[in-house]
Amino acid sequence: MATTDVAPAEGKRIEERDTVVIRFCGDSGDGMQLAGTQMTNVSAVFGNDVSTLPDFPAEIRAPAGSLAGVSGFQLHFSSNDIFTPGDEVDTLVAMNPAALKTNIADLKRGGTLIVNANSFERGDLKKAGYESNPLDDEVLLAPFDVHKVEMTRLARDSVDGLGLTPREADRCKNFFALGLVYWLYERDATPTREWVKQKFAKKPEIAEANLRALQGGQNFGVSTGSFRVHYRVPPAKLAPGTYRKITGNEALAIGLATAAKLAERKLFYAGYPITPASDILHELSRLKHFGVRTFQAEDEIAAMSAAVGAAFAGEFAISASSGPGICLKGEAMGLGVMTELPMVIIDVQRGGPSTGLPTKTEQSDLMLAMFGRNGESPLPIVAPATPGDCFWMAQEALRIAVEFMTPVILLSDGYIANGAEPWRVPKVEDLVPIKVEHPTEPNSEDGYLPYLRDERLVRPWARAGTPGLMHRIGGLEKSDVTGNVDYDPDNHEHMCHVRAQKVANVAEAIPEQDVFGAQDGDLLLLSWGGTYGAVRQAVKKLSEAGRSVGHAHLRYLNPFPRNLEEVLARFKTVLVAELNLGQLVQLIRSRFLIDAKQYNKIQGKPFRVSELIEAIESHL
Amino acid sequence: MTTELPVLAPKDFASDQELRWCPRCGDYSILAQFKKLLPTLGIPKEKFMIVSGIGCSSRFPYYVDTYGFHSIHGRAPAIATGIKSVRPDLQVWVITGDGDGLSIGGNHLMHVIRRNVNLKIILFNNQIYGLTKGQYSPTSPVGKRTKSTPLGSIDNPLLPLSVAIGSEATFVARSVDVDTKHLIKILERAAHHQGTSFIEVYQDCNVFNSGAFYYASKKGIKEENIVYLEHGKPLIFGADRDKGIRVNEGNRPEVVELGSGISEDDLLFHDEEAQEPSLAFMLARMRHPEFPEAVGVFRSVDRPAYDIALDEQVNEAIEQKGPGDLEALFSSGDTWTVK
Repeated sequence: MATTDVAPAEGKRIEERDTVVIRFCGDSGDGMQLAGTQMTNVSAVFGNDVSTLPDFPAEIRAPAGSLAGVSGFQLHFSSNDIFTPGDEVDTLVAMNPAALKTNIADLKRGGTLIVNANSFERGDLKKAGYESNPLDDEVLLAPFDVHKVEMTRLARDSVDGLGLTPREADRCKNFFALGLVYWLYERDATPTREWVKQKFAKKPEIAEANLRALQGGQNFGVSTGSFRVHYRVPPAKLAPGTYRKITGNEALAIGLATAAKLAERKLFYAGYPITPASDILHELSRLKHFGVRTFQAEDEIAAMSAAVGAAFAGEFAISASSGPGICLKGEAMGLGVMTELPMVIIDVQRGGPSTGLPTKTEQSDLMLAMFGRNGESPLPIVAPATPGDCFWMAQEALRIAVEFMTPVILLSDGYIANGAEPWRVPKVEDLVPIKVEHPTEPNSEDGYLPYLRDERLVRPWARAGTPGLMHRIGGLEKSDVTGNVDYDPDNHEHMCHVRAQKVANVAEAIPEQDVFGAQDGDLLLLSWGGTYGAVRQAVKKLSEAGRSVGHAHLRYLNPFPRNLEEVLARFKTVLVAELNLGQLVQLIRSRFLIDAKQYNKIQGKPFRVSELIEAIESHL
Repeated sequence: MTTELPVLAPKDFASDQELRWCPRCGDYSILAQFKKLLPTLGIPKEKFMIVSGIGCSSRFPYYVDTYGFHSIHGRAPAIATGIKSVRPDLQVWVITGDGDGLSIGGNHLMHVIRRNVNLKIILFNNQIYGLTKGQYSPTSPVGKRTKSTPLGSIDNPLLPLSVAIGSEATFVARSVDVDTKHLIKILERAAHHQGTSFIEVYQDCNVFNSGAFYYASKKGIKEENIVYLEHGKPLIFGADRDKGIRVNEGNRPEVVELGSGISEDDLLFHDEEAQEPSLAFMLARMRHPEFPEAVGVFRSVDRPAYDIALDEQVNEAIEQKGPGDLEALFSSGDTWTVK
């Protein structure tokens, strides 16, 4: 940066904004996820509503400076109630040419572009496939408010005298960028400062360097003439209470531990590392003092099998994975269906098929969850709508599993798993423990009959080790009532119907479907899972514009809420929006024999509000 | 253990299920010894759990009146790991075969052994797939003609005990289905071991692979073909106990005749407690007809069991942090209040 650009801190204007979308992007090694997370924290603590979209490559360190190695973190913070990480970016921080190239299309006209001017040397440009320096391209940059900041040099200057190697000094540049953004949006850096001190407690010189770089960035904002305006985003008017920031994976882990603690059960969690589900394992493995037992299995099959074992032993059993792992678990899930044992299988969906897009989001495992096992193998399916909803649906999945003696699938996705939002901390006394009943006495004159069912077709859950209730179960077809191996054709048909009816009976134990916006009329937008925020925002905007549009968001996918057919019938058009090629829409069409329309996107990215509005309008 | 336990007999462990193994199958003998053993262990009946996979041997749990799980092919070790992870109070036996344990379930077997989960694993080795009617298995010898190898198998077989020892097993033993006195002794040793006990049982499939182990089971022949391992004792065999195993200068085992300058002191002395598994490995690799095959306990060493260690971690965490507090958990990280 030319020294002439450094001007005294005078004449700076502050403007108020009610909502801002900022994206940090750079090389995978540039610490963009960290910068984004910190910005989210300070914004949440300040009282803004927040919604985030981390977007990183599958490679831990793709070739430095390459297009494939670009990692981004988008944050939407606002003084309003918000539902999504935002469609377009107000401020883009690009740490290198590759980041600029892959992200500039999302920056809105008139938006602020902050680039690290030190990383646009010939070699950097070549890695990003630029023939010439885009920072000299007046046509490209004309629509934006551009700030070319020599971040590498300024970060080095900030940490000068600490005895850091050049490499170590350069690694502080994300904190410099963060400091500049903190100034730009009047953020209080205290939570970040505390975090740095704690994180680098054992490396005080690194802690000091990061703090100085952060301060350097803030000071630069004050002193540079490049920025004439900075912004204030007042706190949001959220419902009263204590809040924290939470991601979907954190909320799942906390929800599971909560359910087990309230029911006074051990929680057994078996998993195999897989993106984007691994964080659930990480979170739960730190909760051993809640009686949580985590098992990192040798493979997905072992993880699922171990969960089946723990369920037979009489405890709360969970296994989580993503699509590829769920495929491997299929056979053992079928064993769970046949033995009618309670357990929860979490599928944090990602882009597929095969290894697909491991770090990107998608909703293409619905049919896998419904039908991805051999034989007639029905099980209940639930899907949380938001990161915070994961806390509730984790408990709900376990409740259904225990109440109906069945495996339950919970469909999360990469978007809500990694995305964060403010979460109002619940009161413990408001939570309802799951009721668990283990028989202690034989249930008939002929002794214990493991498949003697109650009126809802649910069999008893005898805990292994209970005197007098010794019994054998297994994967071979069962004789109803006794549970003995039975190859009789009529019995098999009977059992297939019983298992299906039992799952259908869950509909009586879940809430009815509610509708947002118009309760009847022109169009019902039907959605499920992690698309809630974008769809709700789109329908809200159209409703406010007076259009006859309602939104039904399904959190229960099998069985459907008992009033769903009636809800669908109230609208002229049903439009099903999903991040796949049309899976829920197939279920809706075949189940209710209606001409449901579909809107799909399958790019590894969440819906934008604008594209949903366009889609809805095309059907009005 | 309380003193009020009722005295049980083998018949108390018989379930009401009709046995469906082929007549004269080796499995009957193993089941009989197993049912004889259980009442002697001083454990309440309801505390036993038997877990199996798929295959002829895996029908086993149906025939014993304990808690039992006849699961899916190859996965019994993983299912049993889940059981033990939450219920260290149960004594869990895993019943598997050469196909179930070493082929489709090979990965689980390896990992359950290295974790040293407190399980007793009996692998019925009959060197054939019986339930699918006679294909070669991962332990079938090269050249074996079966339904799926009409020209003879070209697959090199695995030695189950080599797999177990290579997976850092803490208890490794071998016995023969019809050698009932030996078998029950081995089962008893396994029952008392802390950690994974792995037992290979030579088991005759008289329908699809009849006589595969006659050399090790038929009176009048077996004496020359098997050597009983006894801790601290020299390896002697033969109908007249006139032969032994000696380690030669190339550190290889060799068969020697006792007398004519060779005494018992020159022979290999068995040490099942050796920390290094090399001796056990060498013994496991002695194959008929070049050598007598070893039966008995190859290895029995102490190492913390997985399920016990897991329980200890939970207890330590509770001691250090106090029992989990939901309010504290909900509010972990930065919080803020909206009024």
